[in-house]
Amino acid sequence: MKTIRTLFGSAALGLALGVTPIAGMAETPANMLVIANRIDDITTLDPAQSFEFAGADVIRNIYGKLVNFDPANLDAGYQPDLAESWTVSEDGRTITFTMREGVTFQSGNPVRAEDAAFSLKRAVILNKTPSFIITQFGFTPENVDETITVDGNTLSITTDKRYATSFVLNCLTATIGSILDEKTVMANEVDGDMGNQWLATNSAGSGPFTLASWKPKESVTLTANPGFYGGEPAMKRVIVRHVQESATQRLMLERGDVDVARDLTPSDVEGMEGVEGVEVVREMRGRLMYVSFNQKHPELSKPQVRQALKYLIDYEGMENSFLKNWYVGHQNFLPKTYLGSVDENPFSLDIEKAKALLAEAGVEGMELTVGVREAQERLEIAQSLQNTFAQAGITLNLEVGTGKQILGKYRARELDIYLGAWGPDYPDPHTNAGTFAYNPDNSDEAQATGLLAWRNSWDTGGLTEKVAAAVVEGDTEKRAEMYHDIQAQFRETAPFAVMFQLIEQAGVAEEVEGLSLGAAITAASYWNVTK
Amino acid sequence: MANFATETERRPWLPLPPWARGTLVTLSSIAVTMLGLLFVTFLIGRVMPIDPVLAIVGERATEEQYNAAYRELGLDRSLAVQFFYYVSDVLRGDFGTSLLTARDVSSDIARVFPATFELATIGILFGCILGVPLGVIAAVRRGSWIDQIARVIALVGYSMPIFWLGLMGLLLFYGILGWVGGPGRQGIFYEDMIPSVTGMILIDSLIAGDWGAFRDAFSHIVLPASLLGYYSLAYISRMTRSFMLEQLSAEYITTARVKGMSEWAVIWSHAFRNIRVQLITVIALSYANLLEGSVLTEIIFAWPGIGSYITTALLSADMNAVLGGTVVVGLVFICLNIFSDLLYKVFDPRSK
Repeated sequence: MKTIRTLFGSAALGLALGVTPIAGMAETPANMLVIANRIDDITTLDPAQSFEFAGADVIRNIYGKLVNFDPANLDAGYQPDLAESWTVSEDGRTITFTMREGVTFQSGNPVRAEDAAFSLKRAVILNKTPSFIITQFGFTPENVDETITVDGNTLSITTDKRYATSFVLNCLTATIGSILDEKTVMANEVDGDMGNQWLATNSAGSGPFTLASWKPKESVTLTANPGFYGGEPAMKRVIVRHVQESATQRLMLERGDVDVARDLTPSDVEGMEGVEGVEVVREMRGRLMYVSFNQKHPELSKPQVRQALKYLIDYEGMENSFLKNWYVGHQNFLPKTYLGSVDENPFSLDIEKAKALLAEAGVEGMELTVGVREAQERLEIAQSLQNTFAQAGITLNLEVGTGKQILGKYRARELDIYLGAWGPDYPDPHTNAGTFAYNPDNSDEAQATGLLAWRNSWDTGGLTEKVAAAVVEGDTEKRAEMYHDIQAQFRETAPFAVMFQLIEQAGVAEEVEGLSLGAAITAASYWNVTK
Repeated sequence: MANFATETERRPWLPLPPWARGTLVTLSSIAVTMLGLLFVTFLIGRVMPIDPVLAIVGERATEEQYNAAYRELGLDRSLAVQFFYYVSDVLRGDFGTSLLTARDVSSDIARVFPATFELATIGILFGCILGVPLGVIAAVRRGSWIDQIARVIALVGYSMPIFWLGLMGLLLFYGILGWVGGPGRQGIFYEDMIPSVTGMILIDSLIAGDWGAFRDAFSHIVLPASLLGYYSLAYISRMTRSFMLEQLSAEYITTARVKGMSEWAVIWSHAFRNIRVQLITVIALSYANLLEGSVLTEIIFAWPGIGSYITTALLSADMNAVLGGTVVVGLVFICLNIFSDLLYKVFDPRSK
């Protein structure tokens, strides 16, 4: 009875403080990794089509690429994977990869240069959303047979012009650069879909794991590939369970039913501090939180108004309160750890300065609408903006909706202000420079909906040309310098106020070692995990 | 003349035996109801300010990719044509492919509905087994401490948010006491181990003869089912109490007591016997509500049921999934109505 009373007391105290201590009472098997994660964003596991976070985690562990990141040393940048080495032609347009010998797919078929060529050509021909990562180099369905060629054990790709080699190779580390088993995929082709339907729920890779099952919104199960050229992973099975609620994830971790909990809210992380057997891993992710101002709005298009609004954001207040340990202040479009990233954050809340700038622009009070999707942190940010904008006489109305609702209006250039997040598509500075500060045709007819600058009707004031120049610069140091300059001008003139960069906080059982969540540049890797 | 008129009125409008006519009427009403349900859901889905194309192509898609997906979904056709094609596909048993899972909607539903079905069935059993006696006792002992307890139980059931109660239940029974399994339908040891026959893991594990898997599945279902059952219990017990009070104040009960019948016989053989028909409606409606899926319970307990399936689909404008789910929920309601009608005939001689 006393025990029961003590337990109830503990629960009640825990509820009040949000820090209920729960001793680990179960353990997952030593050769199995169990992860609690939100995986309901997975809509397909075809590397040519998948473009979601949870899907990228799965695919990274199933497929090899020509070049890839070593989870043990992400800072080293891209490394040889299925391509053992590469050379670049004198004109800088052709890269020739020599394939690694003796590697096989999970089916037992050998990995050939033909498979690599097939995978890249397939991505171009299918033309799904992430295809731009490859097609931006000038590959088209019409020219792939000439631009992506095989000669024995080598694969050559020829781009439409000279690009920085690092840019091309960084793009090949993206999910879409996964190398598929051509024979297996084409054996499952339906109506000329190049295996698109089959690959949505099956795998044909050479990576450390094979897809055993994907049950939408329920779980993904991977089994170790004994023939993996890097050695069979210690974890024979990886189960990623869809657990929506942070509190539930935390309970499962503390009970020992999962090894990793990936979607913990700051309050749950705080509650876990000091819990025996569990530690918190923090990694900077690439996602940026920003607000942008539509340049079609007559007042928002004034430079002083744009500046004023940037001084009407309580960056520090938010970072130290509801975003604490969740987001860190960052006012540049390149995430920290990216080539060319800078740490300069010149804006802070300054109501008087904002008022002066608004007066200079001849603006005396106005009413604006911000589009925001119904996610907790975004709504809180929007409310903070509402409060600080009001102090300068600006009424900010919130238009709250689902991601799809708000995004539709944003893409149609219909919002005054958009509050949202942006994550890089591949680990190269051009991924963000090419959308935040690049807009070659600002007309409505251009319909460049993929470019954030276009969505905000911003002509970039000369940054488009600078971005185009940076992406072809071969000298890495010089290239980084160019991005420094671009971001300096961007901070001052752009209708974007980049505010924060995401920190991922995962709860991990202390016996788990070697887990990489991918930081800002790639997805999670499970093959180095030991317990 | 008068006789002729009477004979004309009595002539059946279809020259079929009564049972066949009854079946035909029922089937026609089901078809009309389903068509109406589909039409309304379809219309709501199409006028909602959510772009289904974006759900497939994502934020980064170019206009060309967007337009290709738009055409692929058939959205360039008129609403009437879209609806016509959809209904013809459904009549052929093809609910289309879900945008969010890249699978046939029918195979998705075959996966998520059994999960909800077994959860709801255990939940309603829990609600009936405890709720009915509690309501009867509360009525018989009106104003007593047991009536007050029943009232509090019902009040808590009505007013407590299910997500809060769910989290507290998890914290106590799973997190602290370790009496029940955690979120999800099975423990990791049994993941993908039991061949799916019915989709209901309790039944499938019995078919496979795996008692360990059965115990594991039961330990996972018991908490969410009890939670759902508790909410049914609250409703069923209050309704039972109210029906019983009405019967207990009737003259035939006083007569029975005056005749010297035992209290047990008065309550169960007379009063309760007369509320069975009303109670069937209440229980059937509760069961139907549970079979619709309880989104919050499913989220908290990571239970892949039809409630969260339809909700997620709706928020992403995955209309094939929404419509498929709606058909299933509609059929559930219709089947339960038919089942209630059959039970009426068994319990109420007048309806024969």
